[in-house]
Amino acid sequence: MLNVLSKRTLLLLIACVAVLFPLVFPNMYVLQLLTLVFIWSIAVYGFNIISGYVGYLSLAHAGFFAIGAYGLGLLTTKAGMPYWMALFLAVAITSIAGAIVGVVALRTKSHFFAIYTMCVGVIIYLLIDKWDSLTGGVRGLIGIPAPGSIGPITFDTLISQYYLALFFLSFTIFLCYRIVHSLLGRTFIAIRNSEELAKTIGISIMKNQLLAFTLSALFAGLSGALYASFIRFIGPQISAITVTFEMLMYLLVGGIGTLAGPIVGTLIVISLTQSLQFLEEYRMLIFGPVVVLLVLYYPRGITGSIQAYMQKKRQKKVKTAKEKRDVKRNVGEAG
Amino acid sequence: MELLFQQIFNGLTIGSVYTLVALGLTLVFGILHVPNFAHGAFYMVGAYVTLMMMVGFGFHYWIAIIASITVVALLGVVTQQLIFKKLEGADGMRMMVAAIGILLFLEAFGQFMWGTEYHRMDTPYGSVVNLFGLTVTLQRLLIIVAAVILMLALHFFLTKTMIGAAIIAMAQNREGAFLVGINANQVAWLTFAIAGGLAAAAASLASPINLVFPTMGNLVIMKAFVIIIIGGMGSIPGAILGGYLLGLTESIGATYISSDYKDVIAFLLLVVILTAKPTGLFTKGVQ
Repeated sequence: MLNVLSKRTLLLLIACVAVLFPLVFPNMYVLQLLTLVFIWSIAVYGFNIISGYVGYLSLAHAGFFAIGAYGLGLLTTKAGMPYWMALFLAVAITSIAGAIVGVVALRTKSHFFAIYTMCVGVIIYLLIDKWDSLTGGVRGLIGIPAPGSIGPITFDTLISQYYLALFFLSFTIFLCYRIVHSLLGRTFIAIRNSEELAKTIGISIMKNQLLAFTLSALFAGLSGALYASFIRFIGPQISAITVTFEMLMYLLVGGIGTLAGPIVGTLIVISLTQSLQFLEEYRMLIFGPVVVLLVLYYPRGITGSIQAYMQKKRQKKVKTAKEKRDVKRNVGEAG
Repeated sequence: MELLFQQIFNGLTIGSVYTLVALGLTLVFGILHVPNFAHGAFYMVGAYVTLMMMVGFGFHYWIAIIASITVVALLGVVTQQLIFKKLEGADGMRMMVAAIGILLFLEAFGQFMWGTEYHRMDTPYGSVVNLFGLTVTLQRLLIIVAAVILMLALHFFLTKTMIGAAIIAMAQNREGAFLVGINANQVAWLTFAIAGGLAAAAASLASPINLVFPTMGNLVIMKAFVIIIIGGMGSIPGAILGGYLLGLTESIGATYISSDYKDVIAFLLLVVILTAKPTGLFTKGVQ
């Protein structure tokens, strides 16, 4: 009971810090960075659903991110659609694309799945890069509008965009929390642990995997659309396979298959690369080996390792308490 | 008609390069079950070492190639011993992620050492010859011939020597190989050395007709994955057949369909194949 309470207080504290941060510390550079971290985290949360919980490494994620970004960009600049409608449509389009890819891709297993989705990612990249008349090719897409106003609330300042990103991130985390702590989340984990076993107890593998994959594409699309309206410029580079690898890195550092992992990893990696200037260009010289070391020694990342440590400590406590009780009883019986 | 023959010849050239890269990948996958995403980075390192040897130290092309093969083979052994050896028996995702980590590091290392600009590699075989009415550069001929020689060498090594037999045995049945006393660790590092050497040879041969830059391995490795799936993961004849098939499809497709979308062809081919047959073509027990 105490544990749950302290966890809740901690979460509340973090939420308060996140909300109050721009008011106490209105540094434009830091705010911009944090907004970007929030936006990327949304995509990493999506990535975590399929790769962390269901256990299928999807390498098409930058592609879905780009579909969301280009969806919003094209609908607003070329079709002249109002912002919020375009956002909704872009996310819907990405989800549908995710569902279609998922139906076919999920029939393949392990390495085949990774390579299949990698190919889908490359196809999306090459299409964006070559389809000059629609996407602007290598020149990219410029003049994407900032989020439109909702009634009296406008989003033309950095602080308001920070709150918008924070809102969508909170929504994402809330949704992931509900999923993970529901029967659906248990189902995902059951599939990850053993597909055969899950099948035996009557879980529909395909249906659940498809749901997970579509959800993960949805979040990637949302993240991409928000990114497009925040940066206001997008190029084919955002759909490159290296972007997927970066997301994978955020997830691994934070902790794959954990709820806090995506935000922790994204925050740490992005702020590290930004604060150490030399890292900007050659960050993979450090992070490449970090990824390898994590996989070798800490496959569950930072939050996963902390969780394991806490659990060990708690078990120890329970054990010592039990031992004490046993000793007492023994003494009592002897006496 | 002449255009078609010209494209077939070009397809054989690209196909030879793809085949050499795919052979290493399929060996490592078939024998050690490692989906080595870093193989493309080995390819890139191979090209740079050859270039550096020629430009920096003024060695002859052939000596540079041999140095490059040695360096990348060693690189393969080091990664195997330091990383993949420790992941033996781990699930597929951890292996893939480890390989991606190596790939990211090597690419950044290439950028750090040699910059992001494109380099041209000179070759002593730049002259043009006339072959049955086709005008071809000597370098392209060299690629095709060298690839065949390397494949034959690999074939004889695997079938005629004891170590080769041990490698084959381990590919066919791991437990059985252990039972008859095959040193698994030796086979593992040897396989990585061969794969690295093949990648270096392919890169050194192909670089004079392409360019050398830090991300040059990316498309090649992805196509090599396409090839080994088409050919059946772990199958050597499959990799050879798949490599040439892809090279020919690409170069003929570039001429008759669209040169802009020639890279899409390979990936669409794979997506279509896996859509029809989710376990890959010609799959044996290995998955």
